[in-house]
Parts: sequence; C-alpha cells; structure tokens
Amino acid sequence: MVYKRDPKKIREVLGNKVQFLLGDMACVYGGLLAGVSFFGGYPITPASEVAEGMARMLPRVGGTYIQMEDEIGSIAAVIGAAWGGAKSMTATSGPGFSLMMENYGFAVMTETPCVIVNVQRTGPSTGQPTLGAQGDMMQARYGTHGDLEALAFAPSTVQECLDLTIEAFNLSEKYRNPVCVMTDGEMGHLRERIVIPDEKDLKLINRVEATISKNKYIPFTNSQTVKGSKVPDFPTFGIGYHTYVTGLTHNEKGFPATDKQKDHERLVKRITEKITDDADKLVKVEKFNLDDADTVFVTYGASARPAETAMEIARSKGKKVGLLTLKIVWPFPEKIVAKLAKQVDKIIVPEMNLGQIYHPVREAACGNCEVEVAPKIGGEMHLPVELLKYLGVK
Amino acid sequence: MKKEIRICGFGGQGVILSGFIIGKAAAVFMDYNAVQSQSYGPEARGGAARSEVIISDEKIGYPRPTGVDLLVAMSQESFDTYRDDLNKDTKIVIDPDLVPKHDIGRPVYKVQAQKIAEELGNKIVTNIVMVGASMAIFGLIDEEAVKKAVLDSVPKRFLELNEKAYQKGVEAGKNALKKI
Repeated sequence: MVYKRDPKKIREVLGNKVQFLLGDMACVYGGLLAGVSFFGGYPITPASEVAEGMARMLPRVGGTYIQMEDEIGSIAAVIGAAWGGAKSMTATSGPGFSLMMENYGFAVMTETPCVIVNVQRTGPSTGQPTLGAQGDMMQARYGTHGDLEALAFAPSTVQECLDLTIEAFNLSEKYRNPVCVMTDGEMGHLRERIVIPDEKDLKLINRVEATISKNKYIPFTNSQTVKGSKVPDFPTFGIGYHTYVTGLTHNEKGFPATDKQKDHERLVKRITEKITDDADKLVKVEKFNLDDADTVFVTYGASARPAETAMEIARSKGKKVGLLTLKIVWPFPEKIVAKLAKQVDKIIVPEMNLGQIYHPVREAACGNCEVEVAPKIGGEMHLPVELLKYLGVK
Repeated sequence: MKKEIRICGFGGQGVILSGFIIGKAAAVFMDYNAVQSQSYGPEARGGAARSEVIISDEKIGYPRPTGVDLLVAMSQESFDTYRDDLNKDTKIVIDPDLVPKHDIGRPVYKVQAQKIAEELGNKIVTNIVMVGASMAIFGLIDEEAVKKAVLDSVPKRFLELNEKAYQKGVEAGKNALKKI
C-alpha cells in the first residue's frame, strides 16, 4: 500500500497551531509534517518520547510504526522502508547511535534517504541516561568507517526541533543520504511554544524517482533526469526497475566491483561530492552581534542558550561579544568561521563535551585568532556565569 | 520582565504537569515566552521531583532558572532539597499537611491543597488545586488563561473535577494572601 501524505489528516492529528510542546515531540511533529510514513525504533531515554509520539500519531495518518528488537534492527528496517518508497525515520540516544553505526554507513554507501534523531545523553557507554550531552557530534561525522560526508543538524529551541526535522527530511531526500538531527537530553525534555507552519509555507523536497526507460536505466550514476546532479534517480522497489543494492563497492550498474580501484574512486567521490559541491548552499547559521565583536562564541544546540545569555550580560557591561550558532554542524561552515577568525581576537566554543566541534573551528580559524574550548560535562548545560568567566566578566 | 517558578514534590504528584500548565497558560493563552524544564529521579513514583518554568516578555536564552521568584512545595523532602537558591523576595507556597516542617524564619503561604482535593473526592487533583492557589498568589498570569490551560491539559473525562479543583485552589490562594 502506497502512503499518500494527507495534510488535512496530519493537521487533525497534530492539533492546535500554537502549542506548548516537548522538544522530543517537536521532532515527531516535524517528521509527520515532512511526510514520514515509517518509523522503526527502540525506546531509549531521553529519546523515548519520540518513539512514543510516533507510536501514537503515525498510524493515525496512515503510516507504520514498528518497535524493533534493538537499534541495529531499527535502522535496518528504516533503510528497507526507504527503498520501499517511504520517508523513514528512527530516533535514539548515544548507546543506540553506536549500534546504528554499521548500517549508517550502509545507508551512505547505498544512498538511502533516511533521518536519524539522536537525543544525545552522556557517555561513554550507558553514561547518564536522563541527562543531556553533546558527545556524539564527531560520531555523526566519523563514527562509521570509510570516506563519507555527513549531514547533521543541531536544534537549539523546541521550534527548531520541529523545523530542522523537516529540513533533515528535505536534505535526505535531496541528497539520498542519511541525515542526523543531533538534539540532546536538555532540548528533548524542554517545553516551549511552537507554531506549526501552515501548509503553504512548508517547502518539502521529495526524492527524484527514476522514470527513464528500463533499458537505459543506470542505478548508481549521476541523475538521468536532473542535469548536473550527482544524485542518482531513486528506483523505488516495486516500480519495475531491477536494482542490486549492496554495501560493497559497486559499479554504476550496482554490481560488486570490489577489486576495481577506479570504480571505488568514482563511487565514493560521487557520494561525497554530491554534498561537498553544495557546501556553500548548505550553510545554516544564526549570527548575533558579529559586526563589532572582538570575542565570539561559536556553538550549536543547547549550548547556544547559555551562550546567548552570557553574550547579553557581557554586552550590558560594555564587552564586544558576539555569537555564531550553527544550525547545520555537518557539513561544517568552514568559510564562515575562517572569515570570522580574521575579524575577531578570540573564538570560544562552548560544548557539552570535552571539545569536539572545537576542532573544526580551530582548523578553520587556522591560527588567525585564538580558539578556546569551554567544555561542560556531567549532564548539565553551562551556567551563563561559567561562560562569563571565559570573557573575563564577573 | 523575567520570572522563574519552581514546583516541587514527590514523583507521581503531578509536579511536571503543573509546570506544563503554567507554561502553557503563559505561552499559549497569554503572550509571554515560556520555557519549562524538569528533573526527576529514575523512580516512577516517590523521590523528589521538580518542574521549573521561566516566563518572560523577552526571548529566553538559558532555559533553566538562575534564581527563583516562586517556590511551590508539595513534599517535605522536596522542600528541604530545592530551596537553596531563594532570594529575599521569593514567594513560597506550601501545603502544610505535606510540608509540616516549614518554619524557616520567613513568611510562607499555606494552602491545604491535598485536603481540598480529598474533599472534592480525589486527591489526584492536589496539583491542580496548587496551580490555582499558587497562581492566585503569584499574580502574573490571568486567572482565565490558567483555567484554559488546565482544561486543555487534563483528561476529558475529568474536566469537571479539575475545573472545581482549580476554582477551589484560586479561592484558597486568595485566602492565603490575606493572611500574610
């Protein structure tokens, strides 16, 4: 049975346009608005409310919710559903994200569109289940083996949990790549006012389905429909194309070519370049008080909240402090940070880890300004006063 | 304007729902920004639980309280645990039956929320009585906005009971105000 997105039904299930909503639930709303029709997951604190919300709402709009036996099964089911034509999604936290890493790479290699919400908690291992952290930021980028380009968002408000989940679906459909929404236990369990966007304001992207005649069809090459696109057209299972889908290095026809250097190079360059070619378009940042700033916070996700408060307090005391909040962390907005580094004396990177996004910031800054990490671990976000110390403000 | 509210009790009393209702009243039924956060132990019931709400007419950055303008306590343990960061103007509202040791050398507003709920036939609505009382005492959110938020947040089959509980709470709050 083919799922047909029914805006009226979705809005009926979501309810009032303005709500006071939990961050995790906002990811559910974003998914439903984007047209998700399959959720495969395994409950884990602090991401369980995403599964709970999906279990309650997705069947009511005609979609399918499956609780799998574990996170390995969850991502596998999500990948299978995507090949069946669904916009598909899962949600987890650190321990589950670790289990998903192998099939995350499989989704990259087979160019499968899907969305993974990671409501980060502290680690390593099972860590502090109920508390937030940002310790998986590098895992989203480098956690699975081999060369790949990651796509990852980091919401810092509940509204952004909703909006960026929609965006995550759009990018996954556009680039045929898994996309991570890297939220955290603080955001996931926070309630704020949200406004559900009107249907006319929603910009939804759907994958380009293969339409070329079957004898001319080549499954793993540049689009045969959209000129200049390195993203192959999608041969949904069941519409008549025969497609061999494998995680092994494959030639353009999809068949294993494991001993061919050229085939591997062509494949992996295409699946990385389809994203790096668009790196400038993929930048999504919010800038506060950058024009006259000599010191700037560069941060993302929940950490942007205390940073904003610290900036305001510092400004009220005459300090020229700015804030750059990254909404997309991967691909990393290298050019923006590089330009900023030439303009300011110091960049401070507050993170709920011991220093992860600090590294690409420092790389982009390339010695043009001082870069300091402001780490906080243990399941709490920074207090604004803790960040003020980095600014020399009492 | 920025006000920070902390509601605490033991797990199962509905302190999270209370915070949710107050936040919703401010953010959905009035024109404020509001953030509600929570923390609780791993227990399903029991243990000290707290729910915190920040209400502001400006954008809210750091989403957890840094001071408390209103403390509502519904258990002794939570009252003892969560009152370390009060300032001299913090309004304190307690249920004297649930927080018997509340003599801390400053005025506290006393509302027998559990007793009122029991008189209504179900102590499950103790938290809603407390929402009514504490909001009447605090005075930031319109009575009607809180009422809408209560009715919007409780199970449909218990609307009447909750409405009564809210109303009784508001009355009790107004009475408590007269005593200080």
